[in-house]
Amino acid sequence: MFRPARTFVLALAVLALVGAGFAQRTTLTIESWRNDDLGIWQNTIIPAFNAHYPDIQVVFSPTAPTEYNAVLNSRLEAGSAGDLITCRPFDLSLDQFERGHLASLNDLPGMEYFSAVAKSAWSTDDGSDVFCVPMASVIHGFIYNADMFAELGLAEPATYEEFLAQLQTIEDAGHTPLVMGTIDQWEAATMGYQNIGPNYWRGEEGRLGLIEGTIGYDEGGFVEAFRALAEWIPFLPAGYQAMSYPDAQNFFTLGLGAIFPAGSWEIGVFRPMVDFEMGAFKPPVPAGQDTCYISDHTDIALGVNAASPNHEAALTFLEWMTTQEFAELYGNALPGFFPLADHPVTLDDPLAQTFIDWRNECEPTIRSAYQILSRGEPNNETELWNYSAQVLSGTLTPEEAAAAVQRGLENWYAPQQGR
Amino acid sequence: MNKRKPFPWHVVVFLAPATIVYTAFMIFPLLDSLRFSTFAPGPDRTFTFVGLANYQRLTSDPNWAPFLWNAIKNNFLFFAVHMLVQNPLGLLLAALLSSQITRFKALFRTVLFLPTVLSVVLIGFIWRLILSPIWGISGDFLGLFGLEHLNRPWLGLESTALVTLSLVSVWQWVGIPMLLFLAALVGIPDELIEAARVDGANAWRVFWGIRFPLILPTVGIVGVLTFVGNFNAFDLIYTTQRATAGPNYATDILGTFFFRTFFGMQLQAANPTMGATIAGIMFLIILAGVLLYLFAYQMRLQRIEL
Repeated sequence: MFRPARTFVLALAVLALVGAGFAQRTTLTIESWRNDDLGIWQNTIIPAFNAHYPDIQVVFSPTAPTEYNAVLNSRLEAGSAGDLITCRPFDLSLDQFERGHLASLNDLPGMEYFSAVAKSAWSTDDGSDVFCVPMASVIHGFIYNADMFAELGLAEPATYEEFLAQLQTIEDAGHTPLVMGTIDQWEAATMGYQNIGPNYWRGEEGRLGLIEGTIGYDEGGFVEAFRALAEWIPFLPAGYQAMSYPDAQNFFTLGLGAIFPAGSWEIGVFRPMVDFEMGAFKPPVPAGQDTCYISDHTDIALGVNAASPNHEAALTFLEWMTTQEFAELYGNALPGFFPLADHPVTLDDPLAQTFIDWRNECEPTIRSAYQILSRGEPNNETELWNYSAQVLSGTLTPEEAAAAVQRGLENWYAPQQGR
Repeated sequence: MNKRKPFPWHVVVFLAPATIVYTAFMIFPLLDSLRFSTFAPGPDRTFTFVGLANYQRLTSDPNWAPFLWNAIKNNFLFFAVHMLVQNPLGLLLAALLSSQITRFKALFRTVLFLPTVLSVVLIGFIWRLILSPIWGISGDFLGLFGLEHLNRPWLGLESTALVTLSLVSVWQWVGIPMLLFLAALVGIPDELIEAARVDGANAWRVFWGIRFPLILPTVGIVGVLTFVGNFNAFDLIYTTQRATAGPNYATDILGTFFFRTFFGMQLQAANPTMGATIAGIMFLIILAGVLLYLFAYQMRLQRIEL
């Protein structure tokens, strides 16, 4: 006997069950400035995560890097930001934490895999609270066109003097030696000054000296680094003052220039675009210096939006991010972004392996303006951009630029005042 | 006979939508932004009332004042290029398009107006490519006249960047004054022109003696629109030079200065109250310009009924 009522009730029950199943699926949205990484997240990282946690759907939702800070802060204020927040190092995230937008992660299982240095960029000044899971650092150096080097019979330079002589050789052979422009400004500071600088200010010694007030930008290694940077001027492409960052990337990958002052993140960008062999050498030391220093800059981390309704799921994701599996996946999916967890990781990309090997040869440091020094007005990092670009444009001498940066810092930073 | 006129409800109904929308989306945010500019963040991150201290800081503190004066100076230069190039050019094009002897008028009108409807992001991108010393065609173009050696990284030098961007902006917007002038010129009755012709005036004399005086109200409107547009400008500079408005702030105008301050940049934290203060200064400058136009120009214009 057919009973429509019972069938109906059964159907309802089935529907309700299916509905409950759907309701358990939470969706996590990741805010990020890494729009280059969209494919990697969608095709590699998120599927690997879903293999363990099929019920948590993850959406990677990037914003253009130049707009990320502004857009993210507006969204956090308005309460419309995603569940997981990609953290800029130091003050921007610290500010978000202090405003209560980022949740504390002190109790997150897996945080013990990260060293204090790795966590320093996402901890409070006294180290009592950590609020983002460190994802990766980037290392500075020089990527070169190995085919061109072979053609000219050049080997990787060991000292800065050798480096300059090679630039002259390349110039004489009719190629563009160094590929960089100054219109976007940040390359001049980031891939110029902070790339070669640590060798002059002796890495952490100089950086911490700035913070403690024992050395200024207008003395010792910090001026030396500006002088070394100014040596690049004759070797930059014609019209470099109006060359943008994407221009420079295209210029190098088209094989028009020999050496690209780089951050390791370029590996993943260049790899699919070049049809020549690439090599990399670390910033050459000044003649007579034994110890080399590299900028191994803690760059990117992930935290939880304190206002997220999916807090548990977000923590699950972050905990997974502390595993060996994630470190290996991420390091290989994004050659040039080096995992910070102390799991042993092997990288398939030889160029990335070259960069990460420098960790065993050189003393690491981070960019000088990032910790504490960019809190005042004028902003130290913004000033370094402007003045490094002006040194390379030839509108300021290295000494003038160094004095200007120091004036800006002394203006508000007590330990640097009245030395 | 004591019947009062009923209250004109229909007037209220007709005025309401514009009044409500304008109040909610323009007047209220403007006043709220001005209010916000009198606050400053205290040590505990709450905003406290500080009166006009932000304005004093912005105009006298060595960390702020040089940037403000630089932005204002650049903004006036930006405006001057538009007044000296864009508007005379617009007038010239309109005069040519309204002339009897010009052919293909509709085609020219459309082509000259086209840049105005393009996205400013596209314009910034195209001109960055055209002017690029690496792939651009500005060098090849100068080469046509044997002047290749004059090519410069136009957007990368402090001496040329702002004027170059002003001219790009002129290229983009010249269609607006052109159309406004054209509409005014076409509206002049033919009898006036014919009468002048009969009296023996040549084309030059007709233009400056008859047509130009008759479109003076439009000249004023174009001037004030240019002023307001230029002092609110931001997008072209931002798309070509980013928020740093380089080189060395040579292209920094009030809009980019505001953006950098209000939203922050890279490691530079956002400073919303000082941003609101810059917005307040922009408002005051634009208000002063518009009032000057209203009282010194528009009210003195002779109205001629045609």
